[in-house]
Order: sequence, then C-alpha cells, then structure tokens
Amino acid sequence: MNPSLDATKDTQIEKPLPFFSQMSQAGFGDKVFQKLTAFFAFLILFLACMTAFTLWHASADSIHKMGWKFLTTSDWDPVQGVFGAIPYVYGTLMSSLLALLIAAPFGIGISLFLTELAPQKLREPVAFLVETLAAIPSVVYGLWGIFLLAPFMREHIDPLLIKYIGGPFFKGPSTGLSLFTAGVILSIMILPTITAISREVFESVPNSYRESAKALGATNWETIQLAVMKPSKVGLLGAIMLALGRALGETMAVTMVIGNRPEVSANLLGASHSMASVIANEFSEAVGDIHVSALAEIGLLLMVITLLLNIAAHLLVWFTTSKFQR
Amino acid sequence: MKMKTMMVGALVGASLLGSSLAQAAGLNGAGATFPYPIYSKWFYEYNKSNGVQINYQSIGSGGGIQQLTNGTVDFGASDAPMTDDQIAKVAGGVLHFPTVAGAVAVAYNVQGVSKLKLTPKVLVDIFEGKVTKWNDPEIAEINSSETLPDLNITVAHRSDGSGTTNIFTNYLTKVSTKWATDAGFGTSVKWPVGVGGKGNEGVAGLLSQIPGTIGYVELAYAIKNNLTYASIKNKSGEYVAPSVESTTAAAAGALRRMPDDFRMMITNAGGEKAYPICGFTWLLVPKTIKDPVVGKSLTDFLSWYLTTGESMAADLYYAPLPESLIEKVKAQIADVKF
Repeated sequence: MNPSLDATKDTQIEKPLPFFSQMSQAGFGDKVFQKLTAFFAFLILFLACMTAFTLWHASADSIHKMGWKFLTTSDWDPVQGVFGAIPYVYGTLMSSLLALLIAAPFGIGISLFLTELAPQKLREPVAFLVETLAAIPSVVYGLWGIFLLAPFMREHIDPLLIKYIGGPFFKGPSTGLSLFTAGVILSIMILPTITAISREVFESVPNSYRESAKALGATNWETIQLAVMKPSKVGLLGAIMLALGRALGETMAVTMVIGNRPEVSANLLGASHSMASVIANEFSEAVGDIHVSALAEIGLLLMVITLLLNIAAHLLVWFTTSKFQR
Repeated sequence: MKMKTMMVGALVGASLLGSSLAQAAGLNGAGATFPYPIYSKWFYEYNKSNGVQINYQSIGSGGGIQQLTNGTVDFGASDAPMTDDQIAKVAGGVLHFPTVAGAVAVAYNVQGVSKLKLTPKVLVDIFEGKVTKWNDPEIAEINSSETLPDLNITVAHRSDGSGTTNIFTNYLTKVSTKWATDAGFGTSVKWPVGVGGKGNEGVAGLLSQIPGTIGYVELAYAIKNNLTYASIKNKSGEYVAPSVESTTAAAAGALRRMPDDFRMMITNAGGEKAYPICGFTWLLVPKTIKDPVVGKSLTDFLSWYLTTGESMAADLYYAPLPESLIEKVKAQIADVKF
C-alpha cells in the first residue's frame, strides 16, 4: 500500500469533519440564525402593515367624505372636491393586462428558446441582453416612449389596427398616447422579469423528464409541452405575477405615454390614466386636505388590488395543481 | 501621536461648530417649482454678498404650504395665494410677499402658422372641445392672414398639479362662465378634453410630437425651447404676445384692485399692453417668528430681493414687480414680528 496515498485519503475524509462537528455543537448559533431570519421575515410583514396603516390613516379625510362613492364614481374633480377612483383603477388594470398579454408569450417563448432550443453559445449572451432591459431606468423608457414609440404607434401601428380590427376597441383618431401604447411600453419593461424567472423554472425541470418524453417517441414540441411546460405551470404563474406587480406599480414610463386622462373607455387607442401616475402627478401640488387624502386612498387601493390579485393567483395555483394531481 | 489625534479632534470639532453656526444664520424654505430658477439665483447671489445661506426645496406649492403649516421651514413659496382656511391653520398667520410675475404662453404646433391670434372665446371653445379643427371658421375669422390646415386640434394640458395650470384655468374662468361651471380653476382641474403631459417638458413633448397640438407652458420655457405661441386678445381689445414687458404691464394694470395682503390673481388685467394670462408667485412668511435670528435674516432677505433682486428677474424671463407695487410690499416687511 502506498502510504502517501493513504495520507491524502485520510485528510480527504477528515476535512469535512470539523465542519460537521461544529454543526452539532452550534445549536446556539442555529437558534440565533433562525431567530434572526424570522426577524427579517416579520420585518417585511411589519413594514407592509405599517404602510397599509399609514395610507389608511392619511386617507381618513377622503374615506370619511367620499365613502363608497370613491369606488363607484368616475369623476375626479379636485376643484369641486369630488374624487372617484374608477378611471385610475381601470387604466392601471387594463394597461397591466395588455402588457401581460403581450409580454407573457414573448417572455415564455424567449426562455423556452434559451433553455430548450438555442445553441449553447447563444444562451448566455441573449439571456444577459434580455436581463439588461431590467436595468434601464423607467424614465428613460418614458422618454423613449414619448419621442419614439408614441409617434411610431400613431403613424404606423394604430392606423393598421383601426383599419383591420376597428370596432369599439380600436377607434381613431389616434394621438399615439393611449392605453395600448402604455401596454406596449410596460410589456417591454416586464419582459426581463418573465424571461429570467421562467428560464430558471424551465432549467429546474429534471433532464430525466425530457429524456423520458423523448424515449416515448415525443417530438421536440411534444417534449416541451409534456415534459417542460406542464410541470412548470406554477413557476410560470409566479413569473407572471411578479411581472404584474411591476406593471401595476410602474409610474414614470406609463404617465408619459398614457395621455393622463381619467376616462373609462373601451377604446384602447384612447388616452387613459393610472393609479400610480395620478399620485406622482398631483401629490406635490395638491392643495386642500381632501385632495391629498384622496391620493393617499388611491395608494391604499393600489395596495389592496395588488394583494387581491396575489391571492387570486395563489388560488389559481392551488386549483390547477390539485386538478393536476387528480 | 496623541497630540496629532487631539489636533485632528479639535479641527473636526471646530469645523462642526462652524457649520452649525452657519446653519443657525441660514434659512430653510420650500414650495413652488415655477419660480425656482429665479429663487436659486437670488439665494446664490444673496449668499455671495451677505453670507447667509438659504436652502430652498422646490417641492411644489402644496408641499410648501404644508411644510409652512407644520413649521418645518422658515418660509414657504406658492404660485397660488393661500386660502383663508389654510392661513387659519398657521399659528400667528401668514404674510404674502409677491416676488415676480410669470406669464403662461399658449403654444401650438401647426406647420406654416407662426402668428396665431386668439380671442378668449376661441381659446375657451378649443379647451372645451367645441372647436376641434384648425380651419374652423371661428379661428379663421381672426387669422385671415394665415392659411389654416384641415387638421384635428389636440389639446395638451399639464397632468401634474401646477401653478401654471392655476393661472391658465383662472384666466379661462374669468372670461367664460361656462368654463367656470364646467371646470373652474385650480392646480389640477377636470379637463373637458385633451391629453396630459407631466411638467412643462411633458407638454412641450406633446406639442412637438403631435401635429395640431395646442397647450400652455410657462413663458420662460416656451422662449428657451423655441415654441411657437399665440397672441391673446386682452381686456382692452388688443392682441398681445406674452413677454416680460407685457407681464409687468399686466401687474401694473391690476394694481388698482390690489388688496392689502397682495393675495390676488392678476389674470385678465386691464391695460392696452397687458398680456392677460399671467400671475404672481409669492413667498409665504409667518407673521410671528419665534427665533429672532431667523426673523432678522428673513426680513433682511425680503428687503434685499425687493431692492436688488428684482433687477435680476427679466434675464430669466420673469417679470419684475412694477415700481409702485415694490414700495407697498416693502412696507409689509414691518409686519413680520420676531
């Protein structure tokens, strides 16, 4: 037997030992660590509660004066002191929904390509570029939106939509500043979120799934459908929800292209407004307590809507997964 | 070594002490964004000549009033005079010091039309959405020398609350009872038609991007960015373009009806040379100031801006106060008690 080899063997076995022995001794450290992380987790909960409370407190005047009418009126008239949130809620939800409709297929498609189909050399650079989109400040998106995207939509895209689809959803004349343009700009902004997360999700699918599908004679498409997409359902929903969160709260880019007109209209080419925009726009020069308070209530409402959508998504996950198991 | 540490400590201590002393003599203010360029020039020049540092946060008139009410600043600034209710909330009361006047230009983007004239009625009709085409007879009638295209009018207004909106809508309210009941005036109003842009730059962006747009921006902004703007028919029936001179003329025209507390909107002022869409901006000073050091520095600054500061306004396209008004405002400084 070679003694030197033995020695290396010994050290190789011994090396991890001190680590394990520390682990067993470190019951105290474990406890501290657990408490510390729990503290961090509760801190988030505490912050959320405090935010909700502060918003509620700040909106007291408006809640008292407007009551439920705040949620049923579509009038927003600071001069008369009448405040209704409907146009803002509508604008926020519609622009975010449009953004998801555009970005989700693109984002999931990109990440499928990157994990399943793209040549190895291409994967990292493309993923990097897509994720770089997330680092662009939203005001830059907004400026690009007002100087390039909006005129482009007005001159080229909107006339086509009016001509070939038309109906109540695409009615002219278009100024380029619209719910639709806001949806497009938001979709670009949330694309990296959807792409990055769904890529992680697809990558976490064990290779054995793909191999099994292939072994059963599945084509590439069938493999993706059966072995990759199906087990990723929950993860994809998570990706979409995170993206939705960003879209709901986006302020600067939206306010620059949405036209800032508090109006509920089925026309996607019409100007609209959003909850985050109206707060950013009117807060600094809001004169009168009710106005400030109404803006705070919009903030509270935005928080509630985000919460409700999150709950809805969780329920959806719960239902689909239980069906899947059956 | 020890000696050295002690010296460093002493130096740091001395510099800390020095800075805290300087702060004690300094002033803090917050409020309107519209006069920010001239205010920052004033505070800079005043610091250079008198050594008093004045910090000013241009957070908006609403924020300025709020901070003044809470007592977190030494003075506020606003583009709209405070209401009686707002003044009642400030312990001891508030004095309004008009600083400069500014004009709001009605800018437009119609190719080939460079000298548009508008009457108050047409302006209201456009912003009410009643006149929707550039070649509408109502516009054509008063602009016979221009060839007006068959182009849709897009109305652009400010989406953010602003003193500029307050002045503009105040004018519309004065010239049209219909506007007064439909929308009224304020820093944010319910616009009958149009799209909103955030800030002067937002409205200017809309103006440059959408052919056929009409909107309102601060005069200084319109001049610096080479926007085309209209002449408006004033109370005396003259078409007047916005300028520093026509704004001061408007301030002078309004003097006769100026109340003692200077809380007055000077839109639609009389006088042949007066541009009708303009307004004052004010410094808001508490009537009683607890800290005598602050009171002294603040009143010193007030008399400085009324003597030296006013002459700097025109370079930045703000209209200085008319001479006769300056004397009246100076007399109000004595009302600040400390």
